Amino acid sequence: MKEASAGTLESGDILIQIAPAQKGLEIELQSSVAAQFGRQIKEVIKDTLEGLGVEDAYVKAVDKGALDCTIRARVTAAAVRATGKDVWKD
Amino acid sequence: MMFVPGNNPGMMADAHIYGPDSIMLDLEDSVTMAEKDAARLLVYNALKTIDYGTTEMVVRINPLNTPYGKKDVEAVVKAGVDVIRMPKTETAEEVRELEAEILKVEEEIGAVGRTQIMAAIESALGIVNAYAIATASKRMMGIALGAEDYSANLKTNRTPGGAELLLAREQIVVAARAAGIACFDTVYSNLDDMETFRKEVELIKTLGFDGKSIINPRQIEVVNSVFVPTEKEINKARAVIAGIKEARAKGSGVISVNGKMVDRPVVLRAERTIALAVAAGVISEEEAL
Repeated sequence: MKEASAGTLESGDILIQIAPAQKGLEIELQSSVAAQFGRQIKEVIKDTLEGLGVEDAYVKAVDKGALDCTIRARVTAAAVRATGKDVWKD
Repeated sequence: MMFVPGNNPGMMADAHIYGPDSIMLDLEDSVTMAEKDAARLLVYNALKTIDYGTTEMVVRINPLNTPYGKKDVEAVVKAGVDVIRMPKTETAEEVRELEAEILKVEEEIGAVGRTQIMAAIESALGIVNAYAIATASKRMMGIALGAEDYSANLKTNRTPGGAELLLAREQIVVAARAAGIACFDTVYSNLDDMETFRKEVELIKTLGFDGKSIINPRQIEVVNSVFVPTEKEINKARAVIAGIKEARAKGSGVISVNGKMVDRPVVLRAERTIALAVAAGVISEEEAL
Protein backbone atom coordinates (compact mmCIF):
# COMPACT_ATOMS: atom_id res chain seq x y z
CA MET A 1 0.00 0.00 0.00
CA LYS A 2 1.09 3.56 -0.74
CA GLU A 3 -0.36 6.92 0.31
CA ALA A 4 -3.38 7.99 -1.74
CA SER A 5 -6.40 10.27 -1.58
CA ALA A 6 -9.83 10.75 -3.16
CA GLY A 7 -12.60 13.31 -2.89
CA THR A 8 -12.72 17.07 -2.47
CA LEU A 9 -13.56 19.72 0.10
CA GLU A 10 -16.66 20.84 -1.80
CA SER A 11 -20.06 20.81 -0.14
CA GLY A 12 -21.60 17.33 -0.10
CA ASP A 13 -18.22 15.62 -0.56
CA ILE A 14 -15.57 14.10 1.70
CA LEU A 15 -11.78 14.10 1.29
CA ILE A 16 -10.24 10.76 2.20
CA GLN A 17 -6.48 10.38 2.68
CA ILE A 18 -5.18 6.90 3.28
CA ALA A 19 -1.70 5.75 4.32
CA PRO A 20 -0.05 2.48 5.35
CA ALA A 21 -0.23 1.55 9.06
CA GLN A 22 1.38 -1.19 11.14
CA LYS A 23 -1.68 -2.66 12.83
CA GLY A 24 -5.41 -2.03 12.56
CA LEU A 25 -7.47 0.85 11.22
CA GLU A 26 -7.00 4.30 12.66
CA ILE A 27 -9.54 6.88 11.50
CA GLU A 28 -9.19 10.61 12.14
CA LEU A 29 -12.32 12.55 11.26
CA GLN A 30 -12.93 16.27 10.81
CA SER A 31 -16.58 17.12 10.28
CA SER A 32 -18.92 19.94 11.25
CA VAL A 33 -21.48 17.25 12.06
CA ALA A 34 -19.03 15.04 14.00
CA ALA A 35 -21.01 15.35 17.22
CA GLN A 36 -24.16 13.93 15.59
CA PHE A 37 -22.81 11.68 12.84
CA GLY A 38 -19.12 11.10 13.66
CA ARG A 39 -19.61 7.54 14.81
CA GLN A 40 -21.76 6.69 11.77
CA ILE A 41 -19.25 8.21 9.32
CA LYS A 42 -16.40 6.24 10.90
CA GLU A 43 -18.51 3.04 10.72
CA VAL A 44 -19.10 3.56 6.98
CA ILE A 45 -15.35 4.14 6.43
CA LYS A 46 -14.45 1.05 8.47
CA ASP A 47 -17.07 -1.21 6.81
CA THR A 48 -16.01 -0.09 3.33
CA LEU A 49 -12.32 -0.74 3.99
CA GLU A 50 -13.01 -4.14 5.57
CA GLY A 51 -15.16 -5.05 2.56
CA LEU A 52 -12.14 -4.32 0.38
CA GLY A 53 -9.83 -6.41 2.59
CA VAL A 54 -7.94 -3.39 3.93
CA GLU A 55 -7.24 -4.14 7.59
CA ASP A 56 -4.25 -1.95 8.37
CA ALA A 57 -4.41 1.70 7.38
CA TYR A 58 -4.35 5.24 8.69
CA VAL A 59 -7.29 7.25 7.34
CA LYS A 60 -7.78 10.99 7.59
CA ALA A 61 -11.27 12.12 6.56
CA VAL A 62 -12.44 15.71 6.11
CA ASP A 63 -16.21 15.62 5.73
CA LYS A 64 -18.27 18.35 4.07
CA GLY A 65 -21.68 16.82 4.61
CA ALA A 66 -21.29 13.73 2.41
CA LEU A 67 -24.02 11.10 2.11
CA ASP A 68 -23.11 7.54 3.08
CA CYS A 69 -22.95 6.53 -0.60
CA THR A 70 -20.44 9.32 -1.25
CA ILE A 71 -18.32 8.24 1.73
CA ARG A 72 -18.30 4.65 0.42
CA ALA A 73 -17.35 5.85 -3.08
CA ARG A 74 -14.51 8.09 -1.87
CA VAL A 75 -13.10 5.51 0.57
CA THR A 76 -13.19 2.87 -2.16
CA ALA A 77 -11.47 5.20 -4.65
CA ALA A 78 -8.74 6.08 -2.15
CA ALA A 79 -8.22 2.41 -1.23
CA VAL A 80 -8.07 1.31 -4.87
CA ARG A 81 -5.51 4.03 -5.58
CA ALA A 82 -3.51 3.03 -2.49
CA THR A 83 -3.51 -0.72 -3.12
CA GLY A 84 -3.63 -0.81 -6.92
CA LYS A 85 -6.42 -3.44 -6.74
CA ASP A 86 -9.42 -2.30 -8.79
CA VAL A 87 -12.98 -3.35 -7.98
CA TRP A 88 -13.92 -3.69 -11.66
CA LYS A 89 -12.80 -6.25 -14.21
CA ASP A 90 -10.79 -5.17 -17.21
CA MET B 1 -32.81 15.25 -19.58
CA MET B 2 -30.57 17.12 -17.15
CA PHE B 3 -26.80 16.65 -17.42
CA VAL B 4 -25.02 16.29 -14.06
CA PRO B 5 -21.23 15.86 -13.75
CA GLY B 6 -20.45 12.39 -12.38
CA ASN B 7 -17.73 13.71 -10.07
CA ASN B 8 -19.92 16.17 -8.16
CA PRO B 9 -21.65 14.35 -5.28
CA GLY B 10 -23.53 17.44 -4.08
CA MET B 11 -25.22 17.96 -7.45
CA MET B 12 -25.86 14.22 -7.86
CA ALA B 13 -27.66 14.10 -4.51
CA ASP B 14 -29.95 17.06 -5.27
CA ALA B 15 -30.59 16.83 -9.04
CA HIS B 16 -33.94 15.00 -8.85
CA ILE B 17 -35.43 17.57 -6.47
CA TYR B 18 -35.90 19.96 -9.42
CA GLY B 19 -38.12 17.44 -11.24
CA PRO B 20 -36.36 16.72 -14.55
CA ASP B 21 -37.86 13.81 -16.53
CA SER B 22 -34.47 12.16 -16.63
CA ILE B 23 -31.01 12.73 -15.18
CA MET B 24 -27.84 11.98 -17.10
CA LEU B 25 -24.88 11.41 -14.82
CA ASP B 26 -21.78 12.08 -16.88
CA LEU B 27 -18.60 10.02 -16.77
CA GLU B 28 -17.26 11.39 -20.06
CA ASP B 29 -16.42 14.99 -20.96
CA SER B 30 -17.10 16.60 -17.56
CA VAL B 31 -14.69 14.26 -15.76
CA THR B 32 -10.91 14.61 -16.06
CA MET B 33 -8.86 11.51 -16.85
CA ALA B 34 -7.33 11.56 -13.35
CA GLU B 35 -10.82 11.36 -11.80
CA LYS B 36 -12.47 8.74 -14.05
CA ASP B 37 -12.04 5.99 -11.44
CA ALA B 38 -13.47 8.08 -8.60
CA ALA B 39 -16.41 9.38 -10.67
CA ARG B 40 -17.32 5.82 -11.70
CA LEU B 41 -17.46 4.80 -8.03
CA LEU B 42 -19.54 7.87 -7.13
CA VAL B 43 -22.06 7.16 -9.88
CA TYR B 44 -22.22 3.46 -8.96
CA ASN B 45 -22.85 4.19 -5.27
CA ALA B 46 -25.33 6.99 -6.01
CA LEU B 47 -27.40 4.79 -8.33
CA LYS B 48 -27.38 1.97 -5.77
CA THR B 49 -28.37 4.18 -2.84
CA ILE B 50 -30.16 7.45 -3.71
CA ASP B 51 -33.92 7.19 -4.25
CA TYR B 52 -34.42 9.06 -7.53
CA GLY B 53 -38.12 8.13 -7.55
CA THR B 54 -39.61 7.87 -11.04
CA THR B 55 -36.83 9.95 -12.64
CA GLU B 56 -35.27 8.02 -15.51
CA MET B 57 -31.57 7.52 -14.76
CA VAL B 58 -29.10 7.72 -17.62
CA VAL B 59 -25.30 7.50 -17.46
CA ARG B 60 -23.03 8.77 -20.21
CA ILE B 61 -20.11 6.37 -20.32
CA ASN B 62 -16.70 6.82 -21.90
CA PRO B 63 -16.22 5.32 -25.38
CA LEU B 64 -15.44 1.58 -25.33
CA ASN B 65 -12.15 2.19 -27.13
CA THR B 66 -10.80 4.09 -24.10
CA PRO B 67 -9.38 2.44 -20.95
CA TYR B 68 -12.55 3.51 -19.09
CA GLY B 69 -15.50 2.42 -21.23
CA LYS B 70 -15.81 -1.26 -20.29
CA LYS B 71 -15.40 -0.55 -16.57
CA ASP B 72 -18.09 2.13 -16.86
CA VAL B 73 -20.47 -0.42 -18.40
CA GLU B 74 -19.75 -2.96 -15.65
CA ALA B 75 -20.33 -0.40 -12.91
CA VAL B 76 -23.53 1.18 -14.16
CA VAL B 77 -25.18 -2.08 -15.27
CA LYS B 78 -24.43 -3.60 -11.86
CA ALA B 79 -25.89 -0.47 -10.24
CA GLY B 80 -29.13 -0.93 -12.23
CA VAL B 81 -29.04 2.14 -14.48
CA ASP B 82 -32.06 2.57 -16.79
CA VAL B 83 -30.18 3.80 -19.85
CA ILE B 84 -26.54 3.92 -20.97
CA ARG B 85 -25.79 6.90 -23.16
CA MET B 86 -23.13 6.07 -25.69
CA PRO B 87 -21.06 9.09 -26.73
CA LYS B 88 -19.78 9.93 -30.21
CA THR B 89 -21.63 7.07 -31.92
CA GLU B 90 -20.72 6.75 -35.59
CA THR B 91 -21.72 3.24 -36.68
CA ALA B 92 -24.20 0.46 -35.91
CA GLU B 93 -21.25 -1.81 -35.16
CA GLU B 94 -20.29 0.36 -32.18
CA VAL B 95 -23.80 -0.04 -30.78
CA ARG B 96 -23.58 -3.82 -31.14
CA GLU B 97 -20.23 -3.81 -29.32
CA LEU B 98 -21.81 -1.93 -26.43
CA GLU B 99 -24.79 -4.29 -26.46
CA ALA B 100 -22.41 -7.28 -26.14
CA GLU B 101 -20.64 -5.65 -23.17
CA ILE B 102 -23.95 -4.90 -21.46
CA LEU B 103 -25.16 -8.48 -22.01
CA LYS B 104 -21.97 -9.89 -20.50
CA VAL B 105 -22.53 -7.97 -17.26
CA GLU B 106 -26.29 -8.60 -17.20
CA GLU B 107 -25.69 -12.37 -17.55
CA GLU B 108 -23.23 -12.25 -14.66
CA ILE B 109 -25.79 -10.62 -12.35
CA GLY B 110 -28.90 -12.36 -13.72
CA ALA B 111 -30.61 -9.29 -15.16
CA VAL B 112 -30.61 -9.90 -18.91
CA GLY B 113 -32.38 -7.22 -20.95
CA ARG B 114 -32.67 -4.65 -18.17
CA THR B 115 -30.43 -1.92 -19.63
CA GLN B 116 -31.44 0.32 -22.51
CA ILE B 117 -29.15 2.25 -24.85
CA MET B 118 -29.26 5.86 -26.06
CA ALA B 119 -26.79 6.82 -28.77
CA ALA B 120 -25.42 10.34 -28.95
CA ILE B 121 -24.58 11.31 -32.51
CA GLU B 122 -21.87 13.93 -32.64
CA SER B 123 -20.23 13.76 -36.09
CA ALA B 124 -21.02 13.95 -39.78
CA LEU B 125 -20.47 10.19 -40.12
CA GLY B 126 -22.89 9.54 -37.26
CA ILE B 127 -25.55 11.68 -38.94
CA VAL B 128 -25.08 9.83 -42.24
CA ASN B 129 -25.52 6.53 -40.34
CA ALA B 130 -28.35 7.74 -38.07
CA TYR B 131 -30.98 5.17 -39.15
CA ALA B 132 -28.51 2.26 -38.98
CA ILE B 133 -27.54 3.39 -35.47
CA ALA B 134 -31.19 3.82 -34.43
CA THR B 135 -32.01 0.26 -35.52
CA ALA B 136 -28.78 -1.44 -34.39
CA SER B 137 -30.21 -2.93 -31.19
CA LYS B 138 -33.54 -3.77 -29.59
CA ARG B 139 -32.21 -1.97 -26.52
CA MET B 140 -32.06 1.34 -28.39
CA MET B 141 -34.54 3.70 -26.73
CA GLY B 142 -33.43 6.93 -28.38
CA ILE B 143 -30.84 8.91 -30.29
CA ALA B 144 -29.57 12.34 -29.36
CA LEU B 145 -27.64 15.13 -31.01
CA GLY B 146 -24.36 16.28 -29.50
CA ALA B 147 -23.97 19.65 -31.19
CA GLU B 148 -20.61 20.91 -29.95
CA ASP B 149 -18.58 18.02 -31.36
CA TYR B 150 -20.81 17.88 -34.43
CA SER B 151 -20.26 21.57 -35.24
CA ALA B 152 -16.52 21.19 -34.77
CA ASN B 153 -16.55 18.14 -37.03
CA LEU B 154 -18.44 20.13 -39.69
CA LYS B 155 -15.76 22.83 -39.39
CA THR B 156 -18.29 25.45 -38.39
CA ASN B 157 -19.48 27.19 -35.21
CA ARG B 158 -22.69 27.16 -33.22
CA THR B 159 -24.96 30.12 -33.88
CA PRO B 160 -28.04 31.35 -31.98
CA GLY B 161 -30.32 30.41 -34.90
CA GLY B 162 -28.79 26.95 -35.25
CA ALA B 163 -28.64 26.92 -39.07
CA GLU B 164 -25.54 24.71 -38.88
CA LEU B 165 -27.56 22.02 -37.03
CA LEU B 166 -30.67 21.93 -39.19
CA LEU B 167 -29.81 18.90 -41.32
CA ALA B 168 -28.52 16.95 -38.31
CA ARG B 169 -31.64 17.70 -36.28
CA GLU B 170 -33.99 16.72 -39.10
CA GLN B 171 -31.97 13.57 -39.85
CA ILE B 172 -32.11 12.50 -36.20
CA VAL B 173 -35.86 13.06 -35.93
CA VAL B 174 -36.55 11.20 -39.18
CA ALA B 175 -34.23 8.31 -38.25
CA ALA B 176 -35.79 8.02 -34.79
CA ARG B 177 -39.34 8.08 -36.12
CA ALA B 178 -38.51 5.51 -38.81
CA ALA B 179 -36.98 3.28 -36.12
CA GLY B 180 -39.84 3.87 -33.67
CA ILE B 181 -37.62 5.30 -30.91
CA ALA B 182 -37.26 8.65 -29.16
CA CYS B 183 -35.04 11.60 -30.10
CA PHE B 184 -33.48 14.28 -27.92
CA ASP B 185 -31.92 17.58 -28.84
CA THR B 186 -28.56 18.90 -27.73
CA VAL B 187 -27.79 21.23 -24.81
CA TYR B 188 -27.88 25.03 -24.87
CA SER B 189 -25.07 26.28 -22.66
CA ASN B 190 -25.65 30.04 -22.27
CA LEU B 191 -27.66 30.27 -19.06
CA ASP B 192 -27.80 34.07 -19.32
CA ASP B 193 -29.77 33.98 -22.57
CA MET B 194 -33.08 32.30 -21.73
CA GLU B 195 -34.85 33.98 -24.66
CA THR B 196 -32.64 32.29 -27.28
CA PHE B 197 -32.94 29.08 -25.29
CA ARG B 198 -36.76 29.31 -25.47
CA LYS B 199 -36.64 29.90 -29.23
CA GLU B 200 -34.38 26.87 -29.63
CA VAL B 201 -36.77 24.70 -27.59
CA GLU B 202 -39.71 25.92 -29.71
CA LEU B 203 -37.75 25.11 -32.87
CA ILE B 204 -36.83 21.59 -31.84
CA LYS B 205 -40.39 20.86 -30.71
CA THR B 206 -41.60 21.94 -34.14
CA LEU B 207 -39.00 19.70 -35.78
CA GLY B 208 -40.45 16.73 -33.86
CA PHE B 209 -38.01 16.11 -31.01
CA ASP B 210 -39.29 14.38 -27.86
CA GLY B 211 -37.18 16.47 -25.50
CA LYS B 212 -34.24 18.70 -24.84
CA SER B 213 -31.00 18.11 -22.97
CA ILE B 214 -30.33 20.70 -20.28
CA ILE B 215 -27.39 21.65 -18.10
CA ASN B 216 -29.10 23.57 -15.29
CA PRO B 217 -32.36 23.25 -13.31
CA ARG B 218 -33.27 26.81 -14.41
CA GLN B 219 -33.86 25.46 -17.92
CA ILE B 220 -36.49 22.89 -16.85
CA GLU B 221 -39.33 25.40 -16.62
CA VAL B 222 -38.71 26.73 -20.15
CA VAL B 223 -38.65 23.23 -21.66
CA ASN B 224 -41.81 22.22 -19.81
CA SER B 225 -43.61 25.43 -20.77
CA VAL B 226 -42.93 24.69 -24.45
CA PHE B 227 -43.55 20.92 -24.40
CA VAL B 228 -46.38 20.55 -21.90
CA PRO B 229 -49.75 20.96 -23.66
CA THR B 230 -51.87 23.97 -22.68
CA GLU B 231 -55.42 23.61 -21.37
CA LYS B 232 -56.71 24.79 -24.76
CA GLU B 233 -54.67 22.13 -26.59
CA ILE B 234 -55.84 19.44 -24.18
CA ASN B 235 -59.49 20.42 -24.63
CA LYS B 236 -59.11 20.42 -28.41
CA ALA B 237 -57.47 16.98 -28.28
CA ARG B 238 -60.28 15.69 -26.08
CA ALA B 239 -62.88 16.98 -28.54
CA VAL B 240 -61.09 15.24 -31.42
CA ILE B 241 -60.84 11.93 -29.55
CA ALA B 242 -64.47 12.10 -28.38
CA GLY B 243 -65.58 12.97 -31.92
CA ILE B 244 -63.71 10.13 -33.57
CA LYS B 245 -64.98 7.62 -30.99
CA GLU B 246 -68.52 8.70 -31.79
CA ALA B 247 -67.87 8.50 -35.54
CA ARG B 248 -66.33 5.04 -35.26
CA ALA B 249 -69.37 3.86 -33.34
CA LYS B 250 -71.40 4.95 -36.33
CA GLY B 251 -69.00 3.20 -38.75
CA SER B 252 -67.22 6.32 -40.09
CA GLY B 253 -63.49 7.13 -39.99
CA VAL B 254 -63.70 10.84 -40.75
CA ILE B 255 -65.48 13.57 -38.78
CA SER B 256 -65.56 17.31 -38.48
CA VAL B 257 -64.64 19.10 -35.23
CA ASN B 258 -65.21 22.86 -35.08
CA GLY B 259 -65.53 22.93 -38.84
CA LYS B 260 -62.21 21.15 -39.55
CA MET B 261 -61.83 17.69 -41.04
CA VAL B 262 -60.48 15.18 -38.56
CA ASP B 263 -58.83 12.06 -39.91
CA ARG B 264 -56.18 9.63 -38.68
CA PRO B 265 -53.14 12.01 -38.46
CA VAL B 266 -55.20 14.53 -36.49
CA VAL B 267 -56.34 11.79 -34.12
CA LEU B 268 -52.74 10.60 -33.66
CA ARG B 269 -51.67 14.15 -32.78
CA ALA B 270 -54.56 14.48 -30.33
CA GLU B 271 -53.60 11.18 -28.67
CA ARG B 272 -49.98 12.38 -28.37
CA THR B 273 -51.17 15.64 -26.78
CA ILE B 274 -53.14 13.70 -24.17
CA ALA B 275 -50.23 11.29 -23.57
CA LEU B 276 -47.87 14.25 -23.04
CA ALA B 277 -50.33 15.92 -20.67
CA VAL B 278 -50.57 12.71 -18.63
CA ALA B 279 -46.77 12.25 -18.64
CA ALA B 280 -46.32 15.84 -17.47
CA GLY B 281 -48.85 15.36 -14.70
CA VAL B 282 -51.19 18.07 -16.05
CA ILE B 283 -54.07 15.59 -16.19
CA SER B 284 -54.47 12.19 -14.55
CA GLU B 285 -54.76 8.92 -16.48
CA GLU B 286 -58.43 8.74 -15.48
CA GLU B 287 -59.04 12.22 -16.89
CA ALA B 288 -57.40 11.14 -20.16
CA LEU B 289 -60.00 8.43 -20.79
